[in-house]
Amino acid sequence: MTARETHTRNHEIPPKASIRLGSTLDEEVFGEAFNGRVIGRFLAYVAAYKSLLAVAISAVIVFTISSIAMPLIVKNVYDDALDLSSPSRSKLATMILIFLVAVGFNFIANYFQELIVGRVAERILVDMRRAMYEHLQRISLSFMDKTEIGKLMSRLQGDVGALQEFLQTAVFAIGDMVLLVGIIAAMIWLDWRLGLMTLAVLPILLIIRIIWLPYARKSFLRARVTSSIVSGALAENINGIRAVQGLSREYVNFDLFDIRATDNLNAAKRASKFGVMMLPIVDTLTGSAMAIVVIVGGFFVLGGTIEVGVMVAFVLFVQRFFDPIRALTMHYNVLQRAMASGERIFEVIDVPVDIEDKPNAIDPQEIDGSIKFENVTFGYLPNQPILKNINFEVKPGETVALVGPTGSGKTSTTALAHRFYDIWEGSVKIGGYDVRDMTQKSLGRHVSMVLQEPFLFSGTIFENIKYAKDEATREDIVAAAQAVGAHEFIMKLPDGYETELEQRGGNLSLGQRQLISFARAIVADAKILVLDEATASIDSYTEMLIQQALQRLMEGRTGMVIAHRLATIRGADRIIVLQDGEIIEMGNHDELIALGGLYFRLYSMNYASFDDIPDELIQQATQAAQDSST
Amino acid sequence: MRITRMALQYRKRLIVGIIAIFLASGFQLAIPILIGSAVDAAIGLDGGTVDLPNGTVMRAIDSATNVFGEGNNPPKTALIIIAVFLFIASVGRGMSAMFQNYMGESIGQHIGYDLRMLYFEKLQRLSFSYHAGVHTGDLITRGILDVEGVRMFVQTALLRSVFLVVLIGTGMYLMLSQDLTLGLISLSFVPFVAWRATATNLKLRENWYALQDRLSALTKVMDENLGGIRVVRAFSSQNHEMKKFDVSSNEALALANTQVGIRAKNISLMGLAFMISMAAVLWVGGQRVIDGELRPGELTQFIAFMSILLEPVRQIGMMVNGYARGSATGGRLFSVLDLDPTIQNKPDAKDLEITNGTLEFHNVSFGYEEEHTLNGVSFKAEPGHTVGIVGPPGSGKSTIAHLVPRFYDPGEGFITIDGQDLRDVTIESLRKAVGVVEQDTFLFTASVEHNVAYGDPWAPDDRVTAATKYAQLGDYIERLPGGYDTLVGERGVSLSGGQRQRLSIARSIMLKPYIIIFDDSTAAIDAATEQRIRAALTDLTKDRATIIISHRLSSLMHADEILFIEAGKIVERGTHAELLANGGHYSDLYELQIRPSDDSRRKHDEGGLSQ
Repeated sequence: MTARETHTRNHEIPPKASIRLGSTLDEEVFGEAFNGRVIGRFLAYVAAYKSLLAVAISAVIVFTISSIAMPLIVKNVYDDALDLSSPSRSKLATMILIFLVAVGFNFIANYFQELIVGRVAERILVDMRRAMYEHLQRISLSFMDKTEIGKLMSRLQGDVGALQEFLQTAVFAIGDMVLLVGIIAAMIWLDWRLGLMTLAVLPILLIIRIIWLPYARKSFLRARVTSSIVSGALAENINGIRAVQGLSREYVNFDLFDIRATDNLNAAKRASKFGVMMLPIVDTLTGSAMAIVVIVGGFFVLGGTIEVGVMVAFVLFVQRFFDPIRALTMHYNVLQRAMASGERIFEVIDVPVDIEDKPNAIDPQEIDGSIKFENVTFGYLPNQPILKNINFEVKPGETVALVGPTGSGKTSTTALAHRFYDIWEGSVKIGGYDVRDMTQKSLGRHVSMVLQEPFLFSGTIFENIKYAKDEATREDIVAAAQAVGAHEFIMKLPDGYETELEQRGGNLSLGQRQLISFARAIVADAKILVLDEATASIDSYTEMLIQQALQRLMEGRTGMVIAHRLATIRGADRIIVLQDGEIIEMGNHDELIALGGLYFRLYSMNYASFDDIPDELIQQATQAAQDSST
Repeated sequence: MRITRMALQYRKRLIVGIIAIFLASGFQLAIPILIGSAVDAAIGLDGGTVDLPNGTVMRAIDSATNVFGEGNNPPKTALIIIAVFLFIASVGRGMSAMFQNYMGESIGQHIGYDLRMLYFEKLQRLSFSYHAGVHTGDLITRGILDVEGVRMFVQTALLRSVFLVVLIGTGMYLMLSQDLTLGLISLSFVPFVAWRATATNLKLRENWYALQDRLSALTKVMDENLGGIRVVRAFSSQNHEMKKFDVSSNEALALANTQVGIRAKNISLMGLAFMISMAAVLWVGGQRVIDGELRPGELTQFIAFMSILLEPVRQIGMMVNGYARGSATGGRLFSVLDLDPTIQNKPDAKDLEITNGTLEFHNVSFGYEEEHTLNGVSFKAEPGHTVGIVGPPGSGKSTIAHLVPRFYDPGEGFITIDGQDLRDVTIESLRKAVGVVEQDTFLFTASVEHNVAYGDPWAPDDRVTAATKYAQLGDYIERLPGGYDTLVGERGVSLSGGQRQRLSIARSIMLKPYIIIFDDSTAAIDAATEQRIRAALTDLTKDRATIIISHRLSSLMHADEILFIEAGKIVERGTHAELLANGGHYSDLYELQIRPSDDSRRKHDEGGLSQ
C-alpha cells in the first residue's frame, strides 16, 4: 500500500495516461425536444399498429377517468350515505357497487394499457431495427468502408431503444396529461374556490422543477459519463493486462483509476443530492396544499358551504396531482433523446442504395466462367480514378495473378468483378453477361471471393464452412475441408466440426482460419473465384498447407488472384502487372522475365514475397523500368 | 454478509440514516391521523366543542389553545392547528426522507467505489494463468454490472428495508389497535401485493437475464454481419443473414413480450387488490359510521393509511429483487476478490541485483495439467549475446518468453538472472529488468506518445522519439496528422500489424531492460524493415542479452546460438552454420524458406516435416 502511494504522489507532472474524458456532455444536454420531420417519419412506423394503439390510448383514457372517479365516489359515500343527519345503508351499497364498477374498469384498462403499449413499442423497435439492418445489407460498400461499425451498432441498439422509450413515454404522457387536466377539472367542479386555492401550489412546483431540471440533468449526465469512463478504464486495463503487467504499470494505473473512480463517486453523490432535493420540496408543497384544504375546506364545511365528502376527496386528490407533473417534466428528457436518435436512425435509412438490380435483371443458371474487363475506368472519389481504361480477359479455367505495388488498383479490380461498386465507364462481363444486367444474387452464386482477412462468424466450424449454402450436405462440407487439408486439425479439436468458434474464430490460428475460409469457398462452388492472398506472415509449415489448398481450390475454376507470394505468382497462367491504375505488363512468368520490365526487376530482388520488398526499392524498380522503356 | 459488514464502516452515515428512518416513519404516519382529525373537526360539532377520538392530537390541540388563548370558535382553532401540524409533518417527512435516501445512496456509492478499487487492484495482481483462463468480457461485466448490483443492493435494500419494516410495522400496529376488524380489512391487500411484487420481481429478473442473453446474441449477429460485410456481399448471403437476424430478433421479442405481459398483469392485479380492500373498508366502515360506532374522520384515516402503505408494500418486491441480485453479484465479485495470485512476491523477496545480466534456464519444465509444453530446457543468454529460438507452432517457444518475467512459474527446474532464482526476487524489480516484446500488441486508447511511454510514464519526450526512431516508426508517426499526439487504439487511428509491432518494440526499449525478448514480434514487419530495426538496435543490445523467438529464419540466423525446439524439447542447437551443416530440421526449414520453389515443396510432401 505504502509503496503505491509514494510511487506517483511525489511526481508533480501527471503521468502519461490513457483514456480521456468523453465529450458527450454537451451533445446530450442541448438537443431539441421536438422535430417534426423525425416525428413524421416515425409515425409511418407507428401507423402499422394504428388500431392497436387506438385501443391503447382509449385504455389510457379509461384508466385515467376511472382513477379520477374513485375519489369522487368516495366523496359521495361521505355526503350521501354517511351524512350524519340522514345516513342510508342502501345508498352506501349503491355507492360501493359504483365504486366496484369503477375498480373493474380501472383494472381492465390498466392491464390493457400496460400490455398493448409495451408490446407495440417492442414491435416497433424490432421493425425499425430490421429496416435499418436490411438497408445496411444493401447500401454500397463505399458507405460501409467509411463508417465505423461501432457507430452503426450504437444506432441499431441505443438509438432504436431511445425511440422505443419515446413511444412508451408518449402514450403515458397522454395519460398524465389527461390525469392532470382531470384532477384540476374535478377539483374545480367540486368547489372552485377551494380548488383554485389548492391548485395555487402547482405553478410553484412547476417553476421549481423548471429551474431545477437543467442542473439536475447535467449532474445526472455527468454521473453517467464519469461512470462510463470508469468502465472504459477498467475494460482497457483488463484487455491490456499483459502490457500492464509486462511493463509494470500497475501502480500508475491504480492511481489513475482511483482519480476516475473518485470523480465518478463525487459526480454520483452530487447527482443523488439533486435527486433527493426534490423530496422535501414536493412534500412541503403537498403539506401546504393539505393545510389549505384543512383550513379553508374545514371552514367551509363548518360554514355549511361544502359537504365533508368534498374535503375528503380533496385530500385524496392532493396526494395524487404531483405525480403527473413530476412525470411530465421527466419526459422532456426522453423527448430530446428520441429526436436526436431519430435523426441518426433516419440518416442511415436515407443513405441511397446505389447498386440495385435492374428491373429485368437476369439470373443465368450456368455461365462459362470467363471474365472480361473492357475499357474500365473507376474510382471512389469523383475525378480521382483508381483504375484507368483497364482491358483484359480471363478465359474459363484460367488463373490470372494480379501483381503490383500498394495502391496500384489490384483490390479494386477484384471488387469490380463482384460488382461491389459500379464503374464509371466501360463494362465488366462475367460469362459474357454485363454484371449490371445480372441479379446480385446470381453474381454471388457464380463468383465467390476469399478475402485477405479470413472472416469467420461465431457458430460451429460446420456452420462456417456451410455458411449461406443451405443445400450443402455434411459430406459436401467434410469433402471441402479434406480438399483444403483442414479436416485433420478440425478432427483434433474437442468437438470436431461441431466446435464452437470464439469471436472472429479466435480459437483458431490465422492459418487455420484461412483454410476454413477456403473450404467455405469450395462449398459455395462458384465457377469464378476471386482471391486476395493473405500478406501476414504465417509460419512456414502452415504456409505450405495453404499453398496446397490454394491449388485444390483453383482446380476447375476461373481464378483471379491478388498474389503476394512468388510461388503463387509463378503458378498462375498469366500475370497482370498493375501500376497506378493501369496495366503495364501482361503475360506468363517466363514472358515477363524476358520482357525485363517492372516484374523482372521485382522478381530478381529475390524476396520470397513481393510484400517484403521495401517501398524505396519498389520505387527504384519502377523508375528503372520506366527509364528503360522510354 | 460481507456487504453489510462493509456498510458498517460508514457508521456516521448509517446512524444519520437510521435516525432519519424513524423520523420519516413517524411523520409519515402522523399524516393520516391528522387528516382524520381534520375531517372530524370540520364536521364540526355545531355546539362548538371539539372532541376528537385521538387523544394525542386532542391533547396537543388543547395545549395549543391554552397557549394561544381560547378563541371564540374552537373548531376553527382546531382546524388551524391541525393544518399547522399537517404542514410540519409533511415538511418533516420530506426532510427526513431526503436524509434517509441520501445516506442510503451515498453509502452505496462509497461501497461501490471501494469494491471497484479492490477489484481493480486484484485484477492487476492476478497472474497470467488466471487471465488466460477467463473470458475478458466476463471480467469486465463483473467489474461493471456486479459492482452496480452490490451498490443497488446497499442503496435500495439495506436502509430502505429498515424503513419499510418500521413503517409497515408501526402502521399496521396503529390500524389494528384502533379497530381490529377494520384494520384487518384495510391491510388485507398487503400480503397479496407483497407476494405478487416479490414473485413477479423474481420472475422478471429471471426473464430479464434470459432477455439480455438473447439481446447479446442479437448484438453478436449484427456486429459480425457489419464487420464481415464483405464476406456477406461476396457470398450474396443477404437472405441468409436476414434469416439469422430474424431468428435472434424474434427470440428476443418473445422474451420482451413476456416481460411486458408479466408486468402488465402484475401492476393491474396489485392495483385491483388495493382498490378492492378500499371498497371493503368503505363498506364495513360506512356501516359502522351509519351505526354511529365510527366517526367519518376515522374512516378517512384508514383510507389515508392505506394509500400511504401501498407504495412501500410494492417496494418489497424491489427489495427482494435487490437481495437476490445483491447476493448473486456479491458472491461473484467476492469470488474474484478472494483469489490469491499464484505469482506473488515471497515474504522475504529482495530486489533483483543485476551484476552483468546473464539469464540462465536450468532444466526447466512447464506444463498445463499433464501436457508438458516445455521439457528440461537449459540454456544461457549472456550480455551482448543473442539466442534465437525456432520451432513449429505450439512447440513451446512462447512459453520460454513468458517464464522470464514470471508471467508463469516453471513446474520443474529454475531460472536465474545473475545467479538469483527469479522466485526469490520481487516481481517489480524483475519486470523492470526484463522486456518482452509480444506478438500481439495491445494499444491503449491514448496518443502514440503515451502508448510508447506506457511503461515509463514520466519519460521526457526526446526519449520517446528516440525509441520510435530505433523501432523504425518515427517517420511514420511524424507523418500522422497529429504527430505524436495522434490518438490510436480502439477509438483512434488504426495501425497495421507491423506498425503495432514496431510500437511494441519502442515501448520495450523505453524501459532499457537488461534482458530483451522478442516473442515473434516481427512477424508482421517486412524483412527489410526488420533488418533496419536490428541494425539500429545493435548498439543498444551490445551489452544486453537478447532472445529472439521467430519462425522467420532471417530474423534469427545471426544469433550466437540457435535453439530448435520441438514438442517442448531442444532438439538442435548451435550457430546457423553449424545447424545447416548438421542437415537436420533447421536446415530443412531453411531450404523451405529461402527457396519456396516447387522442388522443396515436393521434398516436403514426400516426407520431411509434418505437423
